[in-house]
Amino acid sequence: MSTVQAHGVAGHHADAHDHHGPEKGWRRWVFATNHKDIGTMYLLFSLAMFFIGGLMALIVRAELFQPGLQLVDPYFFNTMTTMHALVMIFGAVMPAFVGLANWMIPLQIGAPDMALPRMNNFSFWILPFAFTLLLSTLFFESGGPAGGWTMYPPLALQMGETFPMTIFAIHLMGASSIMGAINVIVTVMNMRAPGMSLLKMPVFVWGWLITAYLLIAVMPVLAGAVTMLLTDYYFGTSFFQAAGGGDPVMYQHIFWFFGHPEVYIMILPAFGVVSEIIPTFSRKRLFGYDTMVYAIAAIAFLSFIVWAHHMFTVGMPLAGQMFFMLSTMLIAVPTGVKIFNWTATMFKGSLTFEPPMLFAIAFLFMFTIGGFSGLMLAIVPADFQYHDSYFVVAHFHYVLVPGAVFAIMAAVYYWLPKWTGHMYNMKLAKLHFWLSTIFVNLLFFPQHFLGLAGMPRRIPDYSTQFADWNLVSSIGAFGFGFAQLLFAYIVWQSIRGGAKATDKVWDGGAPQGLEWTLSSPPPYHSFEVAPEVK
Amino acid sequence: MAKTLKYAAGLAACLPGSAAFAAWDLNMPVGVTELSRQIYGLHMLILWVCVIIAVLVFGAIIYSIVKFRHSKGAVAATFDHSTKVEVVWTVIPIAILVGMAIPAAETLINIEDTRDSDLTVKVTGYQWKWHYEYLDHDISFFSTMDRDSDRARQLRAGVDVRGIDNYLLEVDNPMVVPVGAKVRVLLTANDVIHSWWVPEFGMKKDAIPGFINEMWFRADEPGTYRGQCAELCGRDHAYMPVVVKVLPREEYEAWLREQQGEGAAQAAASDVTSDAAAQIVAKAE
Ligand SMILES: [Cu+2]
Repeated sequence: MSTVQAHGVAGHHADAHDHHGPEKGWRRWVFATNHKDIGTMYLLFSLAMFFIGGLMALIVRAELFQPGLQLVDPYFFNTMTTMHALVMIFGAVMPAFVGLANWMIPLQIGAPDMALPRMNNFSFWILPFAFTLLLSTLFFESGGPAGGWTMYPPLALQMGETFPMTIFAIHLMGASSIMGAINVIVTVMNMRAPGMSLLKMPVFVWGWLITAYLLIAVMPVLAGAVTMLLTDYYFGTSFFQAAGGGDPVMYQHIFWFFGHPEVYIMILPAFGVVSEIIPTFSRKRLFGYDTMVYAIAAIAFLSFIVWAHHMFTVGMPLAGQMFFMLSTMLIAVPTGVKIFNWTATMFKGSLTFEPPMLFAIAFLFMFTIGGFSGLMLAIVPADFQYHDSYFVVAHFHYVLVPGAVFAIMAAVYYWLPKWTGHMYNMKLAKLHFWLSTIFVNLLFFPQHFLGLAGMPRRIPDYSTQFADWNLVSSIGAFGFGFAQLLFAYIVWQSIRGGAKATDKVWDGGAPQGLEWTLSSPPPYHSFEVAPEVK
Repeated sequence: MAKTLKYAAGLAACLPGSAAFAAWDLNMPVGVTELSRQIYGLHMLILWVCVIIAVLVFGAIIYSIVKFRHSKGAVAATFDHSTKVEVVWTVIPIAILVGMAIPAAETLINIEDTRDSDLTVKVTGYQWKWHYEYLDHDISFFSTMDRDSDRARQLRAGVDVRGIDNYLLEVDNPMVVPVGAKVRVLLTANDVIHSWWVPEFGMKKDAIPGFINEMWFRADEPGTYRGQCAELCGRDHAYMPVVVKVLPREEYEAWLREQQGEGAAQAAASDVTSDAAAQIVAKAE
């Protein structure tokens, strides 16, 4: 694939030759090969899953509103926590970032499209089938998967007829992710505009490039782990069954060898997003660009050697516990560098607080809180108390909700006018920000207290001393959930119409990057003529 | 953002005194064992380190937000890197981490040292109850959630659970140990993975079918300590409490004699490996 297709004149638009325009009607979406259409589908799919997964979370929080069992059977409760995690991770957060990658990578590196458009179509269209399969198990007589999203054996082997469906759905999601990742790598490696060396790429592209390698490295590991579960169940193998000479703990090692990089798969693109937004609204260049890139690479590397910190209580040798404690603590160093550099970017800048900036700043605060609790969890002796308690629930939700999800919302508010060509309602967006920020803290901060006081995770009912903070947390959950309807409304409004967005969109700010040199919305084939990067 | 800080400050203010089982409990219990106190100390150490770093970093962010506002005419500076500063904020965190790792490693070594125990109890997790076997004596029994809790925890039971003492945290037969003894706990499971956790002892450890895990505790104060299964183990995961009664020596000896007396009477059932046998023992009491 050549990087430069230097025919035609600059500013030459796709509508000049009709056969290059989008197809009409449903064919445009089903046969989509255009990176923007596929990106849009990914993002809308993600939004739908965000609401479905959110509804499940609200069922969980409704049951936990007060002690006693009021609403659902414990088995169904377990199904809800399990499904909530699978839907949010594989259906909401990951596809949202793939959607952002599809939309923004070609625009940011000056390419006409993604390198592998048909595979792009395939990787998206797998997802609706995968999730139909997964969600359909809710209507099975035996109920949906209820062993937790981590699917630890031997419990996972008690799942019943939902078991093969769940595993097949996970295989499909993995295949989709791998294809998406290959596409990102091929695009970034081969289709950058002339002059854009690797260390001139926007940090968002860097974050995604490294994420893509992580995906290719670990999704097959997950596939292997769940396939071994499958053969244990149907073909009499004993990979994880002690009675047959297997080892249930081995599953956990394999799973978390996937699972820990997976955590960074959900956060490295978020780092990229925040690194785009903070400089724009600080009117100042990103502080320490090179270090930011190296820090992402360092975190990605470390993510492969810390997996067992998810399982300190399984009884590992002392040396193993020491190693995983120290390697995990080390992650704080590059992560700290990123936080400090973002702060230094804002320092002596000239700040304005448009919705994307608000979400980025909130990310900075609350992701850091999640980082702190992560550091605490790394300390093995203390982890013996924290492990499998609500403290862990608070920790990873701080990293994933006001971390990854806030970054996704920041990205949407940042690039939405570029995508639709319309500005959105700033007042409503700010309201959405404040509601989300207040309620998300009300939702997750008390969970730290619950965990420290001794409440285990994944329980549908609890002893009465946990009642008060659970009540606060549930109120936060419903507030946060309903605030997201506002988000959907704002996006819908901007798709329908609104004030015309300029090419630069953020005229008052200092947006960097090639995406702002194109019209809003950008032409069908993005960059028909590769731009020159000095 | 201010909210976050307020929480951090609130958290910091409420740290020292924590009455266990107070309703608005904020912090980890100090616990009643040497290990739990060490773990609590470590927890507080890291927490304070995090609070201090948070004050500095969040302070810098808030200062920037207040001071460098475009609306107040702030003009952006042009610097975009400083190797010196970046080296500083790479090296200082490493030093802090080393400072945290050393006490953590010491405690960990202590935790792993299960030698010279006075008593060994084998704990087996079942769906959904615990089985205790005193290896030095001929005692074993199942420990199941008590009837009041069990009745009240049913879906739409219509019972006010606040009226039940130790709702979900009471069992028919608690584990009983003498005060001041180093108790070695051997953990395994019969079906799926469970996890044995008593917050006041500072420790939890997984009970894994086919494998035996070890942990130990030495409780300094007599009392009843409560915890729960911590590893998701199926439908009734929330309903397998752990209750440990720590008794003064003489009372413990009396309990032992009582148990062994019954054990002799129920000789056939003393070898408790099957569920049914266990029920007999439980009923016999
Ligand atoms: Cu259990």
